[in-house]
Amino acid sequence: MTAYEKLKTVRAPERTHGGEYVKALFSDRVEFCGDRRFAEDPSIISGIGYLGDIAVTYIAIDKGEDLQDRIRKHFGCPMPEGYRKALRLMKQAEKFHRPVVCLVDTMGAFCGADGEERGQGQAIAENLFEMMGLKTPIVSVIIGEGGSGGALALAAADRVYMLENAVYSVISPDGCASILWRDAGRAHAAADCLHITAEDMVELGVAEGIISEHEGDFDRMCADMKTILSTELGKLSRLPTEKLLDARYERFRRIGVFEEDRTK
Amino acid sequence: MFDRKKRRLPEGEPFTDEEFDVSCSGCKSVHKRSELLATGYVCPDCGRYVRVPARDRIRMLADGGSFYELDRGITSVDFLQFPGYQEKIDKAKKQTGECSAVVTGVMRVEGFPCAVFAMDSRFIMASMGSAVGEKITRLFEYATKMRLPVLGVTCSGGARMQEGAVSLMQMAKCSGAVRRHSDAGLLYIALLTDPTTGGVTASIAMEGDITLAEPRALVGFAGRRVIEQTTGSELPDNFQTAEFLQEHGFIDMVVERRELRVTVGRILRLHESAAEEAR
Ligand SMILES: [Zn+2]
Repeated sequence: MTAYEKLKTVRAPERTHGGEYVKALFSDRVEFCGDRRFAEDPSIISGIGYLGDIAVTYIAIDKGEDLQDRIRKHFGCPMPEGYRKALRLMKQAEKFHRPVVCLVDTMGAFCGADGEERGQGQAIAENLFEMMGLKTPIVSVIIGEGGSGGALALAAADRVYMLENAVYSVISPDGCASILWRDAGRAHAAADCLHITAEDMVELGVAEGIISEHEGDFDRMCADMKTILSTELGKLSRLPTEKLLDARYERFRRIGVFEEDRTK
Repeated sequence: MFDRKKRRLPEGEPFTDEEFDVSCSGCKSVHKRSELLATGYVCPDCGRYVRVPARDRIRMLADGGSFYELDRGITSVDFLQFPGYQEKIDKAKKQTGECSAVVTGVMRVEGFPCAVFAMDSRFIMASMGSAVGEKITRLFEYATKMRLPVLGVTCSGGARMQEGAVSLMQMAKCSGAVRRHSDAGLLYIALLTDPTTGGVTASIAMEGDITLAEPRALVGFAGRRVIEQTTGSELPDNFQTAEFLQEHGFIDMVVERRELRVTVGRILRLHESAAEEAR
């Protein structure tokens, strides 16, 4: 599949959405709602539950089941209150020494006047700032679309995994094509230019690994996810807090390609 | 990637009197740089604020002769072979005389030392790629080590799409450095200038202890046109202005340009005892 075909695959309404992964991965769940500031954002499903025998906090972006549900969840584009709810649960996880698992699937943060009025940028910035210092392990999986800052706000993590067909991008290929060539129809070419596939993410050092989708065998894929998540959370939980935070800092610190002329 | 031990401080005068043209984003008139330095970058034709080149911004804020530049030689690389990117970098370098879209260093304001970064909208809309991310990260690391406050002057079109997801990761990288600086008990003043948007709003611009903005500066996350197109709603004239953000609780103070130096100086002075205690 080309990068653009992958994007279309993960954008398709029949693609498994966040809530279904939550049900498959976590048992004995208790769901939590609201940001305690303004509202409940149903585009983010969050709570606590067991991943195997580890109690975790889960935070998942959900695009919705049917059209009505999708509209209610603004097609999986979280509002500022969604990010603030996620942050509230992360701080709670820190307090109770629970690791955090984030499942990311969004075109991007919600784009609208009310989002701007309530500080969409500030909400994402605060998540990044807090996640970079959160004293508990965070593992994120991009399960579909990793759309720009709205995805990163749940992926400033110790480990990031990509599902086989998932994509991660700084801008939607359609938007990129409009800017580059004033032609959204060339999104296919833009998707290649942007390097958005799971393989690209591993190569660029943005993700640690790829989880096979086993040609649509959901149970097998979830079994793999469980194994990987449990193993990594186990390793991360054994690290002293300071080491954990240093490693998270270094994980992002080393990303970047530039040249340096020391004579200047 | 880079060897911190080999890092050298730059030589030479950071400011020159070289003449160049700067255009007003308000009325599109073009002015000589010397003319704008004399008016404090207020447009002689329409009275609006002209976007200030990074180096002149620092010159206008710093006490004379106090600015010391860091990491001047860091520049962008077209590592994804993105269409047209190398040409954009070359053109921006030629037009601005800068190696990247941000100038960083240390200075004094009204006698008080602080680290500073200023973004330059003439350089590919000061979008945040690896070079900008690295320079800002290094500045916060330097300020943490030297126990200095940071003044960050933002303006940016957001992430730099020509660097793909690596550009996106600069948001987290810089946020990590801001966080460490903050955890060390140090002050970060963000000064938002026209225009501050996208990934920069969603990271370094909104992570200050104190957030200042220039009057009428555009500050937002999503683009106005995108919002109008996707929601079909008409937006008020003041939407995403500094005043709008202040009204909604996201900015401490909207400060006139001529008052900036005194305001920053006062804030630094009020934090001086805290800085000394931390030492
Ligand atoms: Zn003008």
